[in-house]
Amino acid sequence: MTDTTIPVTTRKDWTSDQEPRWCPGCGDYNILAAVQTLMPDLGVRREETVFVSGIGCAARFPYYMDTYGVHTIHGRAPAFATGLAVARPDLDVWVIGGDGDMLSIGGNHLIHALRRNVNLTILMFNNQIYGLTKGQYSPTSEVGKVTKSTPLGSLDEPFNPISVALGAEATFVARTHDMDRKHMQATLTAAHAHNGASFVEIFQNCNVFNDGAFEQITGKANRESMLIPLVHGEPIRFGAESERGVMMGNDGRVRIVEVDDVGEANLLVHDETDAGLAFQLSRLSHGPYEPTPIGVFRSVERPEYASMVGAQLVAAGEAKGPGDLQALLHSGATWTVE
Amino acid sequence: MSTTADPPVAPEALDRVIIRFAGDSGDGMQLTGDRFTSASALFGNDLVTLPEYPAEIRAPAGTVAGVSAFQVHISDHDITTPGDAPNVLVAMNPAALRSELPKLEPGATVIINVDAFDERALAKAGYPEGHDPLTDGDLKGFNAYEIPMTSLTKQACEPLGVKPRDAERSKNLFALGLISWMYTRPEQVTIDWINEKFGSKPTVRDANVAAFRAGHAFGETAELFDHPYTVAPYEKPSGVYTSISGNTATAWGLVAASQLSKLPLFLGSYPITPASDILHELSKHKNFGVRTVQAEDEIAGIGAALGAAYGGHLAVTTTSGPGVALKSETIGLAISLELPLIIIDVQRGGPSTGLPTKTEQSDLMLAMYGHHGESPLPIVSASTPSGCFYAAIEAARIALKYRTPVFLLTDGYLANGAEPWLIPDVSTLPDISVPFLTEPNHVEDDGSRTLWPYLRDPETLARPWVIPGTPGLEHRIGGIEKEDGKGNISYVPENHERMVHLRADKVAGIADDIPAAVVEGDADDAEVLLVGWGSTWGAINGALERVRSSGRKAAHVHLTHLNPFPANLGEILHRYPKVVVPEMNMGQLSRLLRAEYLVDAKSVTKVKGLPFTAGELETAILGALDD
Repeated sequence: MTDTTIPVTTRKDWTSDQEPRWCPGCGDYNILAAVQTLMPDLGVRREETVFVSGIGCAARFPYYMDTYGVHTIHGRAPAFATGLAVARPDLDVWVIGGDGDMLSIGGNHLIHALRRNVNLTILMFNNQIYGLTKGQYSPTSEVGKVTKSTPLGSLDEPFNPISVALGAEATFVARTHDMDRKHMQATLTAAHAHNGASFVEIFQNCNVFNDGAFEQITGKANRESMLIPLVHGEPIRFGAESERGVMMGNDGRVRIVEVDDVGEANLLVHDETDAGLAFQLSRLSHGPYEPTPIGVFRSVERPEYASMVGAQLVAAGEAKGPGDLQALLHSGATWTVE
Repeated sequence: MSTTADPPVAPEALDRVIIRFAGDSGDGMQLTGDRFTSASALFGNDLVTLPEYPAEIRAPAGTVAGVSAFQVHISDHDITTPGDAPNVLVAMNPAALRSELPKLEPGATVIINVDAFDERALAKAGYPEGHDPLTDGDLKGFNAYEIPMTSLTKQACEPLGVKPRDAERSKNLFALGLISWMYTRPEQVTIDWINEKFGSKPTVRDANVAAFRAGHAFGETAELFDHPYTVAPYEKPSGVYTSISGNTATAWGLVAASQLSKLPLFLGSYPITPASDILHELSKHKNFGVRTVQAEDEIAGIGAALGAAYGGHLAVTTTSGPGVALKSETIGLAISLELPLIIIDVQRGGPSTGLPTKTEQSDLMLAMYGHHGESPLPIVSASTPSGCFYAAIEAARIALKYRTPVFLLTDGYLANGAEPWLIPDVSTLPDISVPFLTEPNHVEDDGSRTLWPYLRDPETLARPWVIPGTPGLEHRIGGIEKEDGKGNISYVPENHERMVHLRADKVAGIADDIPAAVVEGDADDAEVLLVGWGSTWGAINGALERVRSSGRKAAHVHLTHLNPFPANLGEILHRYPKVVVPEMNMGQLSRLLRAEYLVDAKSVTKVKGLPFTAGELETAILGALDD
């Protein structure tokens, strides 16, 4: 019998020999460091870990992890990862991509991976811009975005990634950002522990083509007043003195309130199993310039896809016995020629 | 003329007959034809079928567009085509008569459900006002029988308490009963089938049995027919036979390949006509460890399959032409990743939606060149429905051994057509298993042992198959050009050129690992060589025999491997004065042959969504000979 204890590792064990090729100062470095330093604590084996990515700056990620990794094609990482996870439920499969990769060209695969609840940990680095192709607007760019392809401003309403994931029946939906390693690691730990598809939007700064996109909410000076941490079972509060909070009004809508005005008892208690609440919270902010919730929006249990596929194989084997090829070939009407 | 008092007349023996069942798409003609085929197969005839149905689930009832037909050719000898012109037509409505009558041989027997011929139905079928085909000369020269099948079926079902409307639905079984009597088919086979199929719906079951028996009895007792016919069994090689369609054979071939490679089978697919039946069939066999994922689109179907291949499964995606177009980018990735993958294209008429339910061979160039960059891959095809079984195993063998995506080209005619198949002993099938790499394969200068994921087998040029879960072999690969051997990203110009050549050489080298092309017919002194591929085999074979029996010298080589071609093909092509290439496209193989071998290959084409008949090819070959 092989040793079942997980070997003790350090960040170095999870770091490949390839030099990252992101622009100096890119938020991707922070995310990479957070993941590399987190992996030793997740209780997993390097050889059973696979990072799958599409195309884009974020999609270079697998090259820098000393695990198994596949850099596939634009948008298709969730499809490739679905096949891998269904074929090999013993593996720990991560999917990495950007907002263009996952919400434009790969939007269809993302939503279907989420609704199937395949056991994938999906990290979407959202920088609201196309970086690798040098600065066109993305499906999460704000309306009016002036870029090389939209000199007079973009006309497209952006996606709200959290709303998209919730609408796609995702069982785990969370948001974090590249400026807070602790929060990233706590969020990724929860996402990884979830049995099923977990979707994590990570606000990520592209310092070359969209610098400061999230500065108003993730900047050190602004964070406390602009980020609303969601903690399951806790009243939703934020601000330097936790002086602000979220409350549900008599009209059934959530809104930001001053705690002193409404009283602590009237604050909304976060419930990550409440789909309606999660959706409302996803609509609380209209962009990275208003107070914005981070943390786990939704986490519910639903049967995981690959395990259901496996269960059907077992059930079929029990009902029909193991496959007998010769018997299969004789399973239709047959006749004998002497 | 016989009377009812006469003893039964002995059946007249025929060596073959071609019967065409035709009616509205709601009339159950496919089922009727299928059941007649099954009874004939069990009886021991050789047979070939040609189902033809509209793409719409329900085209406007009663119109020519809504006609569904099933042609079956049965014989007491070896046959290879569904027959040129039918000898018998069963026409369940005016539209069927109007659309099918011109296809019959002169003097053919036409059995007409006269109940369906009212003024409204005639108009729907597109007959001019006031024209009645039954009385106005259309049937001149045919041997027509007008039978009130609908009312006879209702009468037969009445004692069962079946409502007339429901009883009417069984009229196809009446037709089947009648034709079964005419050609002395065993009755019990069909009755057993009805009992099994409709066991849970006793009313439907009983109505169908009653209708079938009534049709049979009608043939026997009505004074319309002089005598029945019989087509003796074909003296085939001994063994156990089953009737198999191309799609079922493909699915079973994949299950076999899974067992022969000792790898679990994974299918990623999206429903598309005429390939969906492979997905349906494989979904039934989960007890063989078959995983089927009906993906959100064609791209995800192949994406999931490629992911499973990376994980160490025997991975397959099934589709038809439009789906191949969508899968094209992922095929490029599979070529770059050098992972085994089977891409099955059940070809149909194109471009675009084209003719979804009709056959064509027009995706050869798509399979060959329809992907970006310099991206060769092996192509295998099947020539007969049962041949799909072996073609699937062969595609898997090449994919696994050479770590490459492989195209398997079948088509709508093979997919839906059926033929008797001598079931092989599975112990005679080849072992196609390949090992995964489990240890480092390279020693660095400092003596350390490492993995080079693109270090090739010197003989096959295949890279190792390293699956996740293998300790110590963690590595990263992707669609960006890789450094020869090491597999790291490389943009070095010389390296890219080397990798392009290596990938091409790997595929080209397969020529030495496939069977040599075999010349049939007058191999030594043919005036003309016919070169075919895929489902045209039967028609070319039939035409070849006709041409040769007329005293001309002709030979035929049929290709199952289209990339690379068999190593001896060039020598064969240059051996004969004339080369004719019949294809159900605009000359795709002939162009490949011309480019590869500088041979004056003459193209004979047909793009009607229908297979060649032997007669058409006979004319074309004789024309080429005298050219």
